Amino acid sequence: MVPRIRTIIIFGVALLSVTVHEAAAARIGEIVETNPWDQIRRFITFSDRGLRLSLIGAILFGAVCGLLGSFIVVRKMALFGDAISHAVLPGVALGFLWSMSKDPVAILIGATLAGLAGSLLVGAIRRTTRIKQDAALGIVLASFFAIGLCLIRIIQNNEGASKITGLKSYLFGDVAVLDRYDVIIMGVVTISTVILFGLLYRPFLAISFDRQFAVSIGYPVRILEALFQMFLAFAIVISLQAVGVVLVSAMLITPAATAYLLVDRMHRMVWIAMGIGIVSAIIGVFLSFLGSNLPTGPFMVLSASSIFTMAYLFSPKYGRFTKWLRYRNRAKKVREENSLKSIYHVLERRGMESSGNRVLITDLSSHRKMSVTKIFKEIKNMERSGLINLEGNSVSLTDDGFEKARSVVRNHRLWELYLTNEANYASDHVHDDAEKVEHFLSEEEVSELESYLDYPQKDPHGKPIPGRASA
Amino acid sequence: MSTEDIAVPALEIHDLTVSYQKRPVLYGVDVTVPAGSLVGVVGPNGAGKSTLIKSVMELVQFSDGWVKVFGEDLKNNISRVGYVPQRESVDWDFPVSVIDVVLMGCYGRLGLIRRPGKEEKEKAHAALKKVGLEAYAKRQIANLSGGQQQRVFLARALAQESDLYLMDEPFAGVDAATESAIVELLREIRDQGKTLIVVHHDLGSAREYFDMMLLLNMRVVAFGKTEEVFTGDLLQQTYGGRLTVLSEIAEKFAKEQS
Repeated sequence: MVPRIRTIIIFGVALLSVTVHEAAAARIGEIVETNPWDQIRRFITFSDRGLRLSLIGAILFGAVCGLLGSFIVVRKMALFGDAISHAVLPGVALGFLWSMSKDPVAILIGATLAGLAGSLLVGAIRRTTRIKQDAALGIVLASFFAIGLCLIRIIQNNEGASKITGLKSYLFGDVAVLDRYDVIIMGVVTISTVILFGLLYRPFLAISFDRQFAVSIGYPVRILEALFQMFLAFAIVISLQAVGVVLVSAMLITPAATAYLLVDRMHRMVWIAMGIGIVSAIIGVFLSFLGSNLPTGPFMVLSASSIFTMAYLFSPKYGRFTKWLRYRNRAKKVREENSLKSIYHVLERRGMESSGNRVLITDLSSHRKMSVTKIFKEIKNMERSGLINLEGNSVSLTDDGFEKARSVVRNHRLWELYLTNEANYASDHVHDDAEKVEHFLSEEEVSELESYLDYPQKDPHGKPIPGRASA
Repeated sequence: MSTEDIAVPALEIHDLTVSYQKRPVLYGVDVTVPAGSLVGVVGPNGAGKSTLIKSVMELVQFSDGWVKVFGEDLKNNISRVGYVPQRESVDWDFPVSVIDVVLMGCYGRLGLIRRPGKEEKEKAHAALKKVGLEAYAKRQIANLSGGQQQRVFLARALAQESDLYLMDEPFAGVDAATESAIVELLREIRDQGKTLIVVHHDLGSAREYFDMMLLLNMRVVAFGKTEEVFTGDLLQQTYGGRLTVLSEIAEKFAKEQS
């Protein structure tokens, strides 16, 4: 417990000191450079101080978005995050009006209040009418956003366009406008969020998984939820300038959803989401820097979406491509085992089942009811995996292949026997089922079947069940 | 368990009235559950069975009446009460493992900040063993059958080490073997002197499972020892349609009040 807090605090102080130091640097918006190679060199060597400021900002908000986003995704609150991110806009404008400058503290306070007002309003509409959460969110989201747009226009008309440059970035996102105070605020918010969720990880986990249970064990669920919403509003506000109101919810949702596809434990999901958030934000800054200040928000969101696409396809457990690959491997295994079994059957019929004895390919093709060309292709593959030897127009099983063939036949006959004896299947019904099951029985399941059936010698059709080499 | 606990009822519900969106669901419920009993709550759909235990846990607000747990307000004795929600009330795709869920049973004792230590982990594993799922500790909860999910919830409740358990439909969607294993477990908990109040939907098995029964249909039809309460007349009153006059007038009254 204590060392954990200390690490967090040391991490925070270090981050903050870097932040303050770098905050004195120039803005990247002031740099005009056209040679892309030169840009890449400067990006990689980290020599541009204005760029460093943007990068620190990107790392900070990428991390905080990933952290809070993970909870939003598992609680199915994605739409809620979107609504809050729109609802903060009038607060940004009011904060600006109050100080008549881009004072990050005033804007943070205004935006957070607006965000909380939005979420309270959604709750109130839901509680007092029969309108459900999604419609309530839609109403509040759009109205607050509209108010924000009006206020920004009013500021623009009264104060002139020069004052508004800072505000524009709130709409579309431009990491280049971050100045030292912005980055300091980002640092403070990120560090306090990390500390809060480090300390209260378990309560937030319990509330997210089973809210009723969390209430029942006496957690102050309402207070914790209010705290969550407050920090969500903070996170959105510090991300706004870099990503823009319209896209900020994507930075909350996409990295977290990506992590959700990759792992099955919440704490890992949080770390991975933070990592993906940071990487997406950095790529966004890089591309924007390369293109001489193209808007950063869209690039960040696009890189997050690209990472999501990769996870969608290649996630070890849930990826579409991975699943297809698994399916293909399984199909190959089944085909292979069926061929081995056929060779075994042909040998068995001649009473000479052992490795090394040869079987004509034409016999095999008639036994498997497959064309010779097809069989031949498969034989080639199996020869490469060292299961059989091909000699002229006949094949023989290697020791490996023979063992495999025996085990498939054993699985098949054991399963038939089990179904007949224990599940009361008619003996002429069991074959088709055993054809499927034979490929998927594990070592343990086979031993279990064997001992359950008391090490049988014959299957229901009177054929011998091959024993085990080791047994 | 001290002698004082035997004298003090595990749960006392007095004149409890609950309305959902101005529609009364429970009306003037009066129940005193003695400690150490295994109570089944039965009644037709919409009788307010789940609502009754949710209002004890203060998960729904009640408009009238009060609830005492071992003679005190719930907040003073919350650590002595374990609640098992309906299985369908959570998302089983949630990224946690079986043991993560069971460990949550210890969260109440730990408070907000303390992390589960060795002792808690041992308790969680012991609870998991009790429900026969020790081999599944590291599994993601989505890879469990309905009966196994229900047993995970029970293991979490065991890890809570409460004196009073409120369980919402622990037999729903559970195969016959699991059902009898759960009944065994409930009896074992009862034999330790603990009190269980179990919402149950199947009248047939209720008679055999529970010592005491609460027949509920918006109001308490009967509460007492199973053999005394399980009579054709009382069951007819519980299941034979609502008391239309009561529900209509109560509804009208509630609308006037709001």
